[in-house]
Amino acid sequence: MAEEMRIVLRNYGKIDPLNIDEYIAAGGYGALNKARGMSPMDLIGEVKASNLRGRGGAGFNCGMKWNFACQAPADQKYVICNADEGEPGTYKDRLIMEGDPQSLLEGMAICAYAIGATQGYIYCRGEYPSVVKTLNAAIAQAKEKGVLGDFSIEVRMGAGAYVCGEETALIESIEGKRGEPRIKPPFPPVIGLWYKPTIVNNVETFANIPAIVEKGAAWYAGIGTPTYPGTKIVTLTGDVVNKTFFEVTTDTTIQEVIFGFGGGISGGKAFKAVQIGGTSGAFIPAAHLDTPIGFDAMSSIGASLGSGAVFVLDESRDIVDVTARIARFFAHESCGKCAPCREGTMRMHDLMDKINAGQGQTADIALLNKLGRVMSYSCLCGLGQAAPAPVLTAIEHFSADYDAKLA
Amino acid sequence: MINVTIDGIKASVPDGSTILQAAKDVGISIPSLCYHPDQSVKANCRVCVCEVEGNRLLQAACSQPVYEGMVIKTRTPKVIEARKTILELILSHHPQDCLNCIRNENCELQSLAAEYFVRSNPFELKVRGLPKDLSTPSLFRDPDKCVLCRRCIEACTVVQTVNALGLEGRGSHAMVVPSLGLDLIDSPCIMCGQCIHACPVGAIGEVEDIDKLLAAIADPETIVVTQIAPAVRLALSEEIGMDTGALPMEVFVAGLKQIGFDHVLHTNFTADLTILEEGNELLKRLTSGGTLPMFTSCSPGWINFCETFYPDLLDNLSTCKSPQQMFGSLVKTYWADKMGIAPKNIFSVSIMPCVAKKYEAARPEMTASGYRDVDIVLTTREIGRLFRMSGLDFTKLPPQPFSPWMGEYTGAAVIFGATGGVMEAALRTVYEVVMEETLEDVNFTIARGFEGIKEAAVDLKGTVVKVAIAHGLSHARKLMDQVRAGESPYHFIEIMACPGGCVGGGGQPITKANFKRIERLDAIYIEDEAMPIRKSHENAEVKKIYEDFLHEPLGHKSHELLHTHYHAKHKRFL
Repeated sequence: MAEEMRIVLRNYGKIDPLNIDEYIAAGGYGALNKARGMSPMDLIGEVKASNLRGRGGAGFNCGMKWNFACQAPADQKYVICNADEGEPGTYKDRLIMEGDPQSLLEGMAICAYAIGATQGYIYCRGEYPSVVKTLNAAIAQAKEKGVLGDFSIEVRMGAGAYVCGEETALIESIEGKRGEPRIKPPFPPVIGLWYKPTIVNNVETFANIPAIVEKGAAWYAGIGTPTYPGTKIVTLTGDVVNKTFFEVTTDTTIQEVIFGFGGGISGGKAFKAVQIGGTSGAFIPAAHLDTPIGFDAMSSIGASLGSGAVFVLDESRDIVDVTARIARFFAHESCGKCAPCREGTMRMHDLMDKINAGQGQTADIALLNKLGRVMSYSCLCGLGQAAPAPVLTAIEHFSADYDAKLA
Repeated sequence: MINVTIDGIKASVPDGSTILQAAKDVGISIPSLCYHPDQSVKANCRVCVCEVEGNRLLQAACSQPVYEGMVIKTRTPKVIEARKTILELILSHHPQDCLNCIRNENCELQSLAAEYFVRSNPFELKVRGLPKDLSTPSLFRDPDKCVLCRRCIEACTVVQTVNALGLEGRGSHAMVVPSLGLDLIDSPCIMCGQCIHACPVGAIGEVEDIDKLLAAIADPETIVVTQIAPAVRLALSEEIGMDTGALPMEVFVAGLKQIGFDHVLHTNFTADLTILEEGNELLKRLTSGGTLPMFTSCSPGWINFCETFYPDLLDNLSTCKSPQQMFGSLVKTYWADKMGIAPKNIFSVSIMPCVAKKYEAARPEMTASGYRDVDIVLTTREIGRLFRMSGLDFTKLPPQPFSPWMGEYTGAAVIFGATGGVMEAALRTVYEVVMEETLEDVNFTIARGFEGIKEAAVDLKGTVVKVAIAHGLSHARKLMDQVRAGESPYHFIEIMACPGGCVGGGGQPITKANFKRIERLDAIYIEDEAMPIRKSHENAEVKKIYEDFLHEPLGHKSHELLHTHYHAKHKRFL
C-alpha cells in the first residue's frame, strides 16, 4: 500500500500549535524570508511553475491567479483565506488551522508579498469558534515576533451559510452584505473585496506555499499526478473502517483511498458507491474505483475531487434516500439570488421526496434529468451548477434503485 | 471595436459591449426578465443565457462582456431548453391569475411565457400564499407574484435612496419585504411608486379607485368634477394606443364627459395659482429674512421624503399646498359658489400621474373646504383603463371645452409636469414682478433636461437669486445634505420625487426606461410653445379669483385654503 505524504500536515501533531517558537524551530518562516529575497515576479513564477492548483474545489492554477492580482494596479490589495469549510464530511482545513496555524499565516504572508497586499482576512466557518481562538492566538504571536512585517491578518467569522464558501459570496459577507455570489467576470483578483484586487485561496492551498517556496517548484511539480501535483488531504466518512484523514499524493486511486488507507468497507459488507468532494460531488460506482483522485482524472469520469471528502456507502444503503437528503440540503442552502437555483433546488427536493416516498413516476425521473442538466449550466454560481451532480449521477449509475421506488 | 460572431453573423461591436448589446446591434433580440436598461446588471433570472463556443456553461447575455473572436449562439436547442425550463420554474411558483392581474397584457413574464409557448408546465403549481400588503392608500404589494428580479429594490434604494424595500430569507423562501419586516405604511416608503415602474410583473401596483368613481357617476345627486394634472394628457396617449402627446386636450375632455364626468377642470389652473402664491412667498422670504433656501412643495412623494428623512428642514418647504390640493379646497368653496352647486354634492376627482397623490388627498389636514377636498385620485393608468372600457375612438370624438372658472391655464402651468418646470414657471413670473418689465424670451432652457441636478443664477435688480433643481430623490438628497450642513448656496430649490418629474410619475403608463420619460419631456415643451399665454400671472381666471375671492397672494383666504403645514414622520429606517 502507498504511504501517506505529509506536506501541508508536515507539523501536525509534532509541534505545539500555540507556540510559534516550535514552528520556527521546525523551519517555519524560513520560506517567507526566502520569498522576500525574491522579486514578486520570480516568486509568482515559482508558484506558477509548481503547478499548484487551488485546493478549494475549482482547481485553478494558483500562480496564475496571483499574477492577475499582482498585475492589477491598485492602492490596496487583499489576501483572503477561505476557511469557511462548509462541505459536509470535510474537516481538512480545521486540521491545518488547529494543528499548524502558523503555516497558514506564512502562506498568506508570502502571497501578500507576491501581490503587494498589506491586509489579509481569514474567513472562518461560524461553527469553528475554537479554531478562531487558535487563529487569533497564532496571529498575536506572529505579530509579537514581527515575522509578518507590515502584513496584518484579521479573522472574520461566517454565520453558517454554505454559499459563503463561494469566493465572491464570501467577499460580500466580509463586506457586511447578504452572502450571495457576485457576477463573474470581473473575478476577485481584478475586482474583489471592497472592489480591490483580492486573492481568495483555500486554507490547504496556502499551507502548501511555504513548502513550495522552501523546496522549489520542481520538487513540488514532481509529486503525484503532473496536471494536479502535490498531495491532498482526504477525510473519510460513511461505511469505511478507518473514518479518519490522510494526506496522499494526487496519483493515489480511489480504490487505494478506500480499501488501502480506509481499510475497506466496515461490517464486512460490499461497496456500493462513494461520493467525493462534498455534498455536491458525483456518486461514483465500483467501475471507476481505479481512477486517481487528481483533478483532471476525476473530471474525466464526471466527478470532482472538490474538498477531498470521501463519503462511502455500503451495499445496504438506500441511495435514493441519501440523494433526497442531499437535495433537501441544497434547497435549504440556495441563497435565492438566481432563478434556476432558487426554484430548481426546491423542485429537485420535491421530486426526490416524491420518488423516495414511493410516489414517483418515470416522468419525474426524466424531469429531474432535464432540471439537473439545465441547472448545471445555467445557474449563477458553483452552488447551483454543482447541486444536481449527486442527483444526476445517482440516476445514471443506480437507475435500478430509482425504478424500484417508482409507484 | 471587438469582432464577434453571433448566430453566424459577423459583427464589430464597441468595446465593453455585453452579449445582449452586441446581439441587439446585429438585430437579434435576446429575452430577459431581470434586465432593466437604466439599472445595474443583475443576471439573476438567467433567462438571457446563451452559448459561447468553448464554454460548457451558458453565459448570461446581460452580464457577459464580449471578447475578440467570441462565437455566440443565442438559440441552440441547449439554450432554448434552458430558457424554457427556467421560465417554467418561475411560472410554477407564480399565481396563474393573469386575467385578474393589474398587469395583464403588460407583464414581462406573461410575454416571455407566450414567446416560449409554455403550454403545460411540468412543475406542479406552488403558490406561497403570502398576504397582500394593502396598508397604504397608494400602492399594494402582492408578494406571491414577485419573481425576485430585485428591480424594485434598486429603484427604491439607488434611484430614490429611500431603502424601504429589502430582501429576507434564502432559497425559495427569499422575499422582497419592506425594511424591518414592517407593513409598507410603517416603513419609510414615500409612496412615489417608482417600484411599480421597475416591477416586471404585478407584484406591486397602484391601489385602484375606479369603482368609487363609477359609484359617484351612478348617483344622480352627485356632481362629479375632475381636475387633470399637467403630465397626464401626453402620457395617457400611450395608454390608448397613440403616440406620446398625440391626444388633443379637448378630446381628452370629451372622453371624460362621455364617461360621465359632469365638469372637467384643470389642475393647471391651480398650477398657475401656485406660481402666484409660491413666487410671492419666495420674494417675501428673500426680503424679510425668511428660511432659505425655499423648497417647492408640489410633489407629494418629495413631501413624504422630507418629512421622513429631513424633518429638521420642514421650515424650508414652501407652505403652498400642491396644485391638486389647492384645487381641492377651491372647488368646494369658490367654484361651488360660482356655479351655485352645494359643496356637499360635489365629488372631487383628481387625475394624476402619481400614486403619492392618493396618500396626499387622504391627509387629515386636507379638509380646508369643510369636506375632504379631493375625494379620489385616479392615476393616468386608471384613466387609461376607463377609456379602454369606454369603447371610444378618440380619433372620431368631437372636442369639448373645459367648464368655467377653473379650467384656464398657461404654458407655465403645462411645464409643471417636467423637472425644472415649476422653477421655470416661477422665474417667468418673479422676473416680471421684480423687474417690472416684460420678459421677452420666456424660455429658461437652463431649467430643462434630464440631468439629475441643474442650477442657475438669475439677476433680479442686482440681487442674484441662485436656484437648483433635482429630480429623483438620490439627487435631491445631495442638495438636502448641503442645506443640512449649512453649505447650500441656493435661495430656491425645486424637487420632484420622480425621475423626469411628473412625466415619470408612479401613476404614469408603465415606463421601463428613461428614454420614454425624455420623450414625454419633449412633448411638454411642445405644448408650452403652442400656448398663447405662457406666464402664470397673465391667466385671466387666476386674475379673476384674486379679484373676486382671494384678494391677494398670501392673504387671509389664501392662508386658509391654499397653504398647509408639515409634520415630521417619526419612522424607523435603515
